[in-house]
Amino acid sequence: MVKPVAIIGQIVLYGAFAAFIGYFSTNPIYRQIPDDVALVKLSMSHLGSRECRKRSAEELAKLPPNMRAPLDCPRGRSDTRIVLELDDKPLYEVIMKPTGLSRDGVGTVYKRFELKSGSYKLAVKMNDNLVNPGFNFVKEAQITLKPAEILVIDFNPDRGGLFFQQGRATQH
Amino acid sequence: MSLHAALRGGAHSVFERSENLLDAFFGGADNPLRHLGALGLFFLWILVASGLYLYTVLDTSIEGVYGSISWLTQEQWYLGGVLRSLHRYASDAFVIVMFLHLLREWAYGRYHGFRLYSWVTGVPLIWLVFISGIGGYWIVWDRLAQFSAVATTELLDWLPIFDGVTARNFLAPDSINDRFFTVLVFIHIGVPLMLILGLWAHVNRISRVDYLPTRRVMLATLGAFLLLAAIKPAVSDAPADLSLAVNDARLDWFILFLHPLTDLTSAGAVWTLIFGATILLFALPFLPHPGRQPIAVVDAQNCNGCSRCHADCPYEAIVMAPHPEKRAHKIAVVDADLCAACGICAGSCPSSTPFRSQQRLVTGIDMPQLPVDALRRQLEARLAELSGGTRLVVFGCDRSADVGALAAPDTATLSLICAGMLPPSFVEYALRSGADGVVVAGCRDGGCEFRLGMEWTRERLTRRREPQLRQLVPLERIEVVPVARGEGRKLAAAVAEFRTRLESQGEVANRPPAYTRRNHG
Repeated sequence: MVKPVAIIGQIVLYGAFAAFIGYFSTNPIYRQIPDDVALVKLSMSHLGSRECRKRSAEELAKLPPNMRAPLDCPRGRSDTRIVLELDDKPLYEVIMKPTGLSRDGVGTVYKRFELKSGSYKLAVKMNDNLVNPGFNFVKEAQITLKPAEILVIDFNPDRGGLFFQQGRATQH
Repeated sequence: MSLHAALRGGAHSVFERSENLLDAFFGGADNPLRHLGALGLFFLWILVASGLYLYTVLDTSIEGVYGSISWLTQEQWYLGGVLRSLHRYASDAFVIVMFLHLLREWAYGRYHGFRLYSWVTGVPLIWLVFISGIGGYWIVWDRLAQFSAVATTELLDWLPIFDGVTARNFLAPDSINDRFFTVLVFIHIGVPLMLILGLWAHVNRISRVDYLPTRRVMLATLGAFLLLAAIKPAVSDAPADLSLAVNDARLDWFILFLHPLTDLTSAGAVWTLIFGATILLFALPFLPHPGRQPIAVVDAQNCNGCSRCHADCPYEAIVMAPHPEKRAHKIAVVDADLCAACGICAGSCPSSTPFRSQQRLVTGIDMPQLPVDALRRQLEARLAELSGGTRLVVFGCDRSADVGALAAPDTATLSLICAGMLPPSFVEYALRSGADGVVVAGCRDGGCEFRLGMEWTRERLTRRREPQLRQLVPLERIEVVPVARGEGRKLAAAVAEFRTRLESQGEVANRPPAYTRRNHG
């Protein structure tokens, strides 16, 4: 025969267990970023260019006739340099290394920046063949970020190279 | 004392006190703390049953997934909504009891020696639980799902094998497609199936597994979840929108706590914690521990192949094999890796009877550290020393309250490895050799160090299990006292009360016939 005190105790303890689960299953609310902050995400997955070299006439003469390609393109890919500038000030710089034992895989970068909402001049510069100086891809734009808005910086040759994506709209 | 031993000792004390406290309300059989594994399995079956229904109505298209779950929650709240809430709350409860189970087994030192296999097979299950739990939240594809998906992939991308690739899947609204949810559901079903398989392996080496808690506990916990579902039903946040960051996540802190932890520290720190904890858990059994006790030894001449030890062993350490000397007979064989050295097998052996006339009592299966022959000699010596009005013999257990403190001229005490080691014939022997009453003290119900020792003892003494206490022994002269370690006072009070009760019964009532053993060489 279960005593009334034991029944009350069980109800209280099971209730406390349920209340504990009920509360912590949704609370406290977690705020990852402040209310007035937006995110800029730099995310690229890019295969650097091959670092080709023009063969000299002597080199070509030494090769069998069917293999006399004018350019010597090793399997490995170039590092890719990316520079981010915000309002003409450096924000971030990274060198994406090709992956793989032969350095022939895509390099990737993912970086998240928290910016206060507002208007900025954002510039992204990319060089995917470091044999050449400077940047062969550049994207600059005046952007306006609303609170919690995400702006993605990505690269896609089919979409014109570097591009910014805000919401469902893409800026080329 | 090492830091580890001190921590474990502290945790042991906390668990023991908490369990004893909850016993006052629940009793041993219904005490949730004493049945965490079984409780976890019950929650898992709730998850499986509710999950199967949720799966049947889930539309795995990118446009339909959120809507189908919202429809379930709002339009079919009386069934689908309740099942969804059950699914969520049972998963939270599962995580809680899983960690409590892990902590408790560690605190009680149940992770090395013969328990190595169960411990090691349990560790990977923690990973499977979190993979299932985190993935489950993504299926809803609301703002919380988006937050968790992005945070998880950012965490994964810290690992060199991913290197920034997986987070690209949740970069922008057009990054995911319908197939994502198909894969996700496949994972959310496949991983729990692996979990169930892993749980089978986890309990594979123990016998008579508590697959479910008592009906009362199941009804109470299910009732608590249903009440919670009514008061606070699980609902979706706004639909996911990958163009907007989630800055007010209503986190399930039991399952998704890794995300804020990553923000608070770093992805590297979290992975160090995850891998470090996993390695530590795997390594724990291999840390220095006190040497193992000698295991049970079978005597071929005295083993009649009855299989009672095989049936009673809580760890499936005994198998029956063809007898090497007797044709068509079987013999018990002890697996050294599985034997817990509890002595329950010696208590189950019909040859472990002190009424046998040999000078040296040899039984079919015995414990080298406390053979039944030594037990009989100790009992006879203590019985010979007994004096006073109401003479008691108290059999105790090394893992529960210390019976030695009760020793007195009218009270003989003997401590066994486990109460389950006590053959019922020893109780009869004590009563027929001069004792007025016998007390058997062992661990509290549901708290037996060797799982089944007290249960088997009770059943043997109440003639529900072989070897049974013979009918000529009056049960009024026997008292079984479940006590935890450190409950010496409670035991002393129970013994005093039993003595008073016996004295009130009178000298001649229900006394079994006297017996004096004749020695034979």
